[in-house]
Amino acid sequence: MTASGLREPPAAKALLILAAVAYVAIMLLLPLGAVLFEALRHGWNAWWAAVVDPDARASIRLTLIVAAISVPLNTVFGIAAAWAIAKFHFRGKSALIAFIELPFSVSPVVSGLVFVLLFGAQGWFGPWLERHDIRIIFALPGLVLATLFVTFPFVARQLIPLMSAQGRADEEAALTLGASGWQTFWRVTLPNIKFGLLYGVLLCNARAMGEFGAVSVVSGHIRGETNTMPLQVEALYNDYDFVAAFAVASLLALLALVTLALKSALEWRYGDELRARH
Amino acid sequence: MPSLARNRSSPLPGFGLSLGITILWLSLIVLIPMSAVFVKSGSQGWQTFWAAAGSPRALAAYRLSFGAAALAAAINCVFGLLVAWVLVRYRFAGRRLLSALIDLPFALPTAVAGIALTALYADTGIIGRFLEPAGLPIAYRPAGVVLALTFIGLPFVVRTVEPVLAEASSEVEEAALTLGATRLQTFSRVVLPTILPALATGFALAFARGAGEYGSVIFIAGNVPFKSEIAPLLIVTQLEEYNYAGAAAIACVMLLISFALLLLLNLLQHWQQRRMA
Amino acid sequence: MSIRVEHVSKSFSAYPALNDVSLTFNDGEFVALLGPSGSGKTTLLRILAGLEVPEEGRVRFGERDVTGDKPASRGIGFVFQHYALFGHMTVEKNIAFGLDVMPRGPRPTKRDIGRRVEQLLGLVQLPGLGKRYPSQLSGGQRQRVALARALAREPRILLLDEPFGALDAKVRRELRVALRQIHDELGLTSIFVTHDQEEAFALADRVALLNQGRIEQFAAPAEMQSGPASAFVREFLD
Repeated sequence: MTASGLREPPAAKALLILAAVAYVAIMLLLPLGAVLFEALRHGWNAWWAAVVDPDARASIRLTLIVAAISVPLNTVFGIAAAWAIAKFHFRGKSALIAFIELPFSVSPVVSGLVFVLLFGAQGWFGPWLERHDIRIIFALPGLVLATLFVTFPFVARQLIPLMSAQGRADEEAALTLGASGWQTFWRVTLPNIKFGLLYGVLLCNARAMGEFGAVSVVSGHIRGETNTMPLQVEALYNDYDFVAAFAVASLLALLALVTLALKSALEWRYGDELRARH
Repeated sequence: MPSLARNRSSPLPGFGLSLGITILWLSLIVLIPMSAVFVKSGSQGWQTFWAAAGSPRALAAYRLSFGAAALAAAINCVFGLLVAWVLVRYRFAGRRLLSALIDLPFALPTAVAGIALTALYADTGIIGRFLEPAGLPIAYRPAGVVLALTFIGLPFVVRTVEPVLAEASSEVEEAALTLGATRLQTFSRVVLPTILPALATGFALAFARGAGEYGSVIFIAGNVPFKSEIAPLLIVTQLEEYNYAGAAAIACVMLLISFALLLLLNLLQHWQQRRMA
Repeated sequence: MSIRVEHVSKSFSAYPALNDVSLTFNDGEFVALLGPSGSGKTTLLRILAGLEVPEEGRVRFGERDVTGDKPASRGIGFVFQHYALFGHMTVEKNIAFGLDVMPRGPRPTKRDIGRRVEQLLGLVQLPGLGKRYPSQLSGGQRQRVALARALAREPRILLLDEPFGALDAKVRRELRVALRQIHDELGLTSIFVTHDQEEAFALADRVALLNQGRIEQFAAPAEMQSGPASAFVREFLD
C-alpha cells in the first residue's frame, strides 16, 4: 500500500526514469553496440575471417584451456573453504575469510606481478627453473597461476554465506541415518547448494576468460602461444587491425551477454536459494 | 573415508581435510605470492624503495590513478543512486532488463571495454567527434581515464544502495509527509541520511576497483608518463625494463592503500549495522 | 475540530477495504476504531490523514472538504505503530522536524523552535532527553517522542495507528493514561486504531467497531456492552 502522497508527481517520476535509462544506455549500451558495429564494419566475411585466423583460434583455445583448468580448481577450493567455514566453529574464521577475499582488492597488474617475482628470470625460483628448463612465466603455467589468483574468491564467496545460512541440520540428520561423510556431501550438501555453486562457477568463469591485466603481465604476448583472447584483442588493436580486434572482442562480448543472461535467470528463478538470509 | 581431524564442536566429518585444503591452496596461490611483493620491494633497502615508490613519475601516476578513481566513484554515487532509486521505487516496462544490464561491467572483459570506449570517444568516434571540436576531448587524456573508471565502477554503487533502499520502511517517509515535508525535503532530510553508509560503501568499492584498473584504461588513456600514465601501467613498464624491485615498490604502495581501503570498508559496514539497529 | 466521513469507499486491487462508511466525530472527542485485521480501520485512519485517497466519498474537517488535501495541509498529527522516528536525528531534531521544514515565512525562529521542543518534551514527560538518539531509548520513550513530534505543529486532530501495539503491558498502561491526559489538556480530537478491546473501552468516549469495511456499531463503550447492535458485535465483545 503506497500512499498516494508518497509518490513523486508523475512528471518527476517520468523524468527520473528517463534520466536513469539514458545514463545506462549511454554508459553501457553504447560501448556494447560499438563492439558489434566495429566488428561488422567490413561485413560478415571480414568478421569470419578474423575469427578463424590461426592466431585468433589459438587464443580461443588457450582461453578455454586456462579456464578449464582454473575454474574447476578454484571450485573445489571454494567448496572446501565453505565446508570448513560454514559447518564448523573455529577461531580465526573472519581472518581466513578476509584472506580469501584478498585478491578482490588487488590490482590485476599486481596479481600478475607476484608470479613474475616468484618465477620470472630474476625471481625467487628463476635460476632454479632455468636450470631445469621449466617455463612458468611466458607460458601456460604462468597464465593459469595468474588466472587462479584473480578468480580465487568467486566460488568461495558465493558458497560461504549460503552454506552458513543453511546450517548443519541437514548434514547432521544424514549422519544420524548412517551416511558417511562423503555420502552426506554428495547426496545432501551438494543438492542444497547447486544453484549457488552454479552462480559462483558462472562468475568465476566469466572472470577467468576475460582477465586481462594479470595475464598480460605473465604472458610475454607471444602470438599463437601465450595470447589469450583478451591479449589477442590488444595485440590486434596495437597493430591497428581494428576489425580483427573487434571481431575477437565481439566473441568476448557475446560471452559476457550469455553470462549476464544466465546470471539474471538464476537470480530471478532461484533468488531465495542463492541468497543468505541472516 | 576417515577424516584427518575432528572438530570439537561437531561430529561432522571432513573438518581437517577441508581446512587443510583451504589453507594449503590459500597459501600457495595467494599468501606466498603476495609476500613476494613485500620481500622484493624491501630487498634493496629503503633508499631504493623510496627512489622507486616516491619518484616524481610514480607520484604523478598515483595522482592520476587515485584521483581519477575518486572522481569516477563520485560520479557513480550520483548516477548510481539515481539508477538504484528508479529500479527500486518504480515499475516500468524494461525494468528487469535495465537491472540485468547494470552488471555488464562485471561480466565484460576489461580489454573489450577499453577498446569499445576508445572507439566511441576518440575524435573519430560517434561521440568523440562532437566532443572534440566542442573543446571536451576525452580520449588519450585523463578525462578518458575517468570515463573508463566510471564505466567499471557503475555497478558497485547501484548494487550496494539497492537493498538498503528496498528495505527502508515507508513509515518513516510517511511520517515526514504528515509533518509537512515536501517530497524533496523528505528525500534530502530523511532518505538520504539513511542510505549514506551504503553510498559510502559503494564509493569505497568503486574507488578500490578503479584505482587498480588496467585493461579498460590503457586504451583510452594517453599513457604519457607524468601526464596520463596510470600506476598499474608504470608497474608494467618497470617490469619490461627488468626493474623488478622498482615494480614491486610501486605495487607495495598500491597494496597498502588497498588494505587501508579494506579497513575503511569494514568500518563502514559496522556503521551501517548500527544505523539499521 | 469535528470530522465528517461521508460515504467513503476504498479498494485495493479488487479487495474492498472500506465500503460506504459514514461517521461523524465531534470536536474534542476521543474515538477508538476497533476491529479484527482486515476490517478497514487502518485504511479509514490513513484516509483521514491523507495517506490514502478514497475512491468514493468525502471527508470534512470542520466545514472544510479535505478529501483531496495532502497530509501536510490538513492540520493533523500522526503517530505510527512502530514510531517511525528518524534514526539519524536526535530526539530534539525529530520533534522539531515539522517546524524545521516549514517554508521561510511561517517558520518560527530557532529559539522559538527550541522552546517548543522543550515544552513538548515536558508534556510527554521526557525532560532532558533531547540530545539522545532513538536507538538509545526504550520503546515507551520512543513512542512518547513520536507523540511529541506529531504535536509540534499544534494540530487540531491527532491520529494514532495502533500506537501501543509494539509495547509491553505495563508500558502500554502508562502511555494510555499519558495520552488521555494530553488529549484533554490540549483539547484535541483524537482517533486511534486498535484491535485491543480493553484498551478501546478504557480510553475512548466512543468506539467504532468495524468489520470487513463496514461499521457494525458506533457508540459509547457502555452502550455497546449493554446493547450490541449485531451478532458480530456481541461475539467480538466476548
